[in-house]
Amino acid sequence: MKYIEPHAHMVSRVTDDYERMALAGCQAVCEPAFWAGFDRSSPAGFYDYFGQLTEHEPKRAAKSGLKHFCWLCINSKEAEDLKLAEEVIALVPQFLARPNVLGIGEIGLNKNSRNELRVFEMQMDLAARQDQLILVHTPHLEDKLKGTRLILDAFKSDRRIQPGRVIIDHVEEHTVEMVLDAGHWAGLTLYPETKCSPARAIDILETYRCERLWLNSACDWGVSDPLAVPKTAQEMKRRGHLTAAIEQVVYHNPGKFLSQSPHFRNAFSL
Amino acid sequence: MTQQQVLDLYFLDARHKLVELAAFLDRVERAEGSADFRLQAFRQALNELASPDRQRAQRVLLAFSDPTAAPIARAPGKGACGAYPGPDHAQGTSR
Repeated sequence: MKYIEPHAHMVSRVTDDYERMALAGCQAVCEPAFWAGFDRSSPAGFYDYFGQLTEHEPKRAAKSGLKHFCWLCINSKEAEDLKLAEEVIALVPQFLARPNVLGIGEIGLNKNSRNELRVFEMQMDLAARQDQLILVHTPHLEDKLKGTRLILDAFKSDRRIQPGRVIIDHVEEHTVEMVLDAGHWAGLTLYPETKCSPARAIDILETYRCERLWLNSACDWGVSDPLAVPKTAQEMKRRGHLTAAIEQVVYHNPGKFLSQSPHFRNAFSL
Repeated sequence: MTQQQVLDLYFLDARHKLVELAAFLDRVERAEGSADFRLQAFRQALNELASPDRQRAQRVLLAFSDPTAAPIARAPGKGACGAYPGPDHAQGTSR
């Protein structure tokens, strides 16, 4: 079955993963900028990373027949240093015209600190000024509820932000409803231990039956599964979901949101 | 799906996870020393399993969540430990 992987950190994965994703039916992979597992020592580290996301990684994906898109930002785990954040944010605009860039992301919160929120608002402003889509990371575990509320409040306070152009990722049972009620898209992340299992993600899909939901693996350098989306599609099949309904969730839903980006529309036909 | 179909698909998996929870609690209590806020939150969350009301998964997640509203002064680290320790105990032990 064809699907789109709308959130995967492929710089942390081996080339075999691209091959396996292509074999499983993946048509396109989208890669938000994120934390490398260690703090970069200077803005130059981010400059090189943005180059990797916009030049090198699309070529690696293309060898497996996959379209590669990306999102750019400074992530919330490196947002405590305001000076660094300001310098990195100043680098972003020069990359936004590159043909695989979808927008600003994954911005968000991690520990819900004042500086994280300040940097989130700075990047929200950048997205609004540059008319960019936004992909949001919500915090982990005990911090998710509070962080999601802070993020929703920030969007609500900025009239330039159109909720339908924002995907808020890593929602779970206690946050999905508030995100959808605010008019945003919501991402269900299939990640061991700390996020959703396939069974729980399908429970949420069955409960909300909303076209503003997508599934993603968020595979990265941690224990994670780049095939989590097709495996969940298989689980939906076991539950009796029709092929068209599954394809709607794993292909057409992300395609609809991402098609708001001219770069996506130019390079990918649904 | 019917309830029978749900049971056919998921009962053994859920039974397995329930036994794991029981064994985890036995393991903690068998060990020396004292527990912390995480076990307290865990026990509170367990109460939700016995509730006759639906949305148990949501309430379990809420039992582990930080209920406060204001941003904190500074991030104590990068990780999360899975349960809210209270306002005086900054935590961050895992991703």
